[in-house]
Amino acid sequence: MLKTANFRPPTLSLRFIPVWRRNFLVWRKLAIPSILGNLADPAFYMLGLGYGLGGLLPEVGGVPYLTFLAAGTVCYSTMNSATFEVLYSGFSRMHVQKTWEAILNTPLTLDDVLLAELLWATSKSLLSGLAILVIVWALGLAGFGQTLWLIPLIILIGFCFSGMGLVMNALSPNYDFFMYYFTLVITPMVLLCGVFYPVDQLPSWLQTISAWLPLTHAIALARPLVQGGAPQQVLVHVLALLAYGGIGFYIALVLTRRRLLK
Amino acid sequence: MPLLNIHNLRKSYGPLEVVAGLDLAVEKGECFGLLGPNGAGKTTTLRLALGLTVPDGGTISMLGLPVPDQAREARVRVGVVPQMDNLDPDFTVRENLLAYGRYFGLKDAETAGRIPALLEFAGLEHRADARIDALSGGMKRRLTLARALVNDPDLIFLDEPTTGLDPQARHMMWQGLRRLLNQGKTILLTTHFMEEAERLCDRIAIMDHGKIIATGSPHELIGSHIEPQVVEIYGEGVADWTAAHGSTYCERVEKVGETVFCYTRNSEALVQQLCNRTDLRYLNRPASLEDVFLKLTGRDLRD
Repeated sequence: MLKTANFRPPTLSLRFIPVWRRNFLVWRKLAIPSILGNLADPAFYMLGLGYGLGGLLPEVGGVPYLTFLAAGTVCYSTMNSATFEVLYSGFSRMHVQKTWEAILNTPLTLDDVLLAELLWATSKSLLSGLAILVIVWALGLAGFGQTLWLIPLIILIGFCFSGMGLVMNALSPNYDFFMYYFTLVITPMVLLCGVFYPVDQLPSWLQTISAWLPLTHAIALARPLVQGGAPQQVLVHVLALLAYGGIGFYIALVLTRRRLLK
Repeated sequence: MPLLNIHNLRKSYGPLEVVAGLDLAVEKGECFGLLGPNGAGKTTTLRLALGLTVPDGGTISMLGLPVPDQAREARVRVGVVPQMDNLDPDFTVRENLLAYGRYFGLKDAETAGRIPALLEFAGLEHRADARIDALSGGMKRRLTLARALVNDPDLIFLDEPTTGLDPQARHMMWQGLRRLLNQGKTILLTTHFMEEAERLCDRIAIMDHGKIIATGSPHELIGSHIEPQVVEIYGEGVADWTAAHGSTYCERVEKVGETVFCYTRNSEALVQQLCNRTDLRYLNRPASLEDVFLKLTGRDLRD
């Protein structure tokens, strides 16, 4: 049951910092396998498909396939990193290790903890996005200057998917539950939002669905930036990503209050 | 003024009223024990007092501040030892204390200055850089207690602090708690070990079905709620004996399985009588807090 007290707006304050720092310090201990895990998978996808499949294709969307894939990979890698962090690692901290419970006995509140988790997952996914961007620069797929705008975009994508993922975290009884989210939300997004091929290759009903998905908005901004153009309808895309992340965070907060402050 | 003052507190989960009009006052410098069978509402009462959940009714004031409205501010001067250890498994002993200090807004230098004394208190001087999974259950428990002291609290909550510990570890924990009381700290602990409550607590409240059903010092509770002598009688003839003599020799008789508990002011005549019976064994002992507890909360299992 949801009580009205759970719906109160979030109290955002700098008190989140020690919790963010706690996550950062733990991450620093395990940084090397963590970076490898976050980086290797999307990098191999991009390079393998980019060269392997790209060699069989003429240009895609007016550029070599590897360049086309680069923009999608930056977005998808950021999305995955943020999602994994709030789902699996966040759930460990909340449910398994009871770290949140320990923190709630101090002068911090659940709002502080959840804000810290949101910003921590955003920070961590920034690293994943940047790692792909570094490969893009190293391979000369895109100029340095034109792609600097990708950095704030990566932060925005991280925010968006961290906020959404926290909703799943709030609802989950166990780790297995997250398979639903990956199977029903994340995987369709990877396949429908233009990571591997232009959305206009899809039948129109799938295009309609795609237009509502946040990863589509992220790629709509990222692809022109990688290819040296200016994105269209920037405001719409930015607002879509902010809305998914912000509304997600608020719903997650209400549900987590119900879960932990009962 | 009490450090913790709870009045007519109520909290329901669905149709179940877990805290049903509870009154409680913990005075400065005392060790207050909250006793009750499983499901009596002890942990919920602690959570309400800390402001971690909103009551359906009643008032709480902790360290002079209203809870839950100013619970966050009140928790600045409170330490909590939860029922289950929730130390940070990715940090060492020292890092656990440092991180916890940060949640209270303490500078690292400040916490670092307190760490040697905290480690000494917990008997973990040589384990500062140990990983948490390398510690025994007793060590983890003591570290959890030390962690609760990182902010030098006035009031300390302990939820079943010695559940699952062996006797050595339990005695060490008790020593630690006594040291804190000697320093003038105030303690509120929940337990279902009567021995623990009897040894540590100045005052005890027995709680059942969300209410306090008796309060007082361990001595007062035993003195006012139960006959001073108990004779436990076992053996094949116990049923016949009880039927024939029970009411003659005992003020109150309780039969539990194959054992009869005789409660009486004077056990001499009863013991004389039992001496001559070869088919019965008996144990004569002074009444304890556990007898009071069982009398007030009943002998039925609470699962």
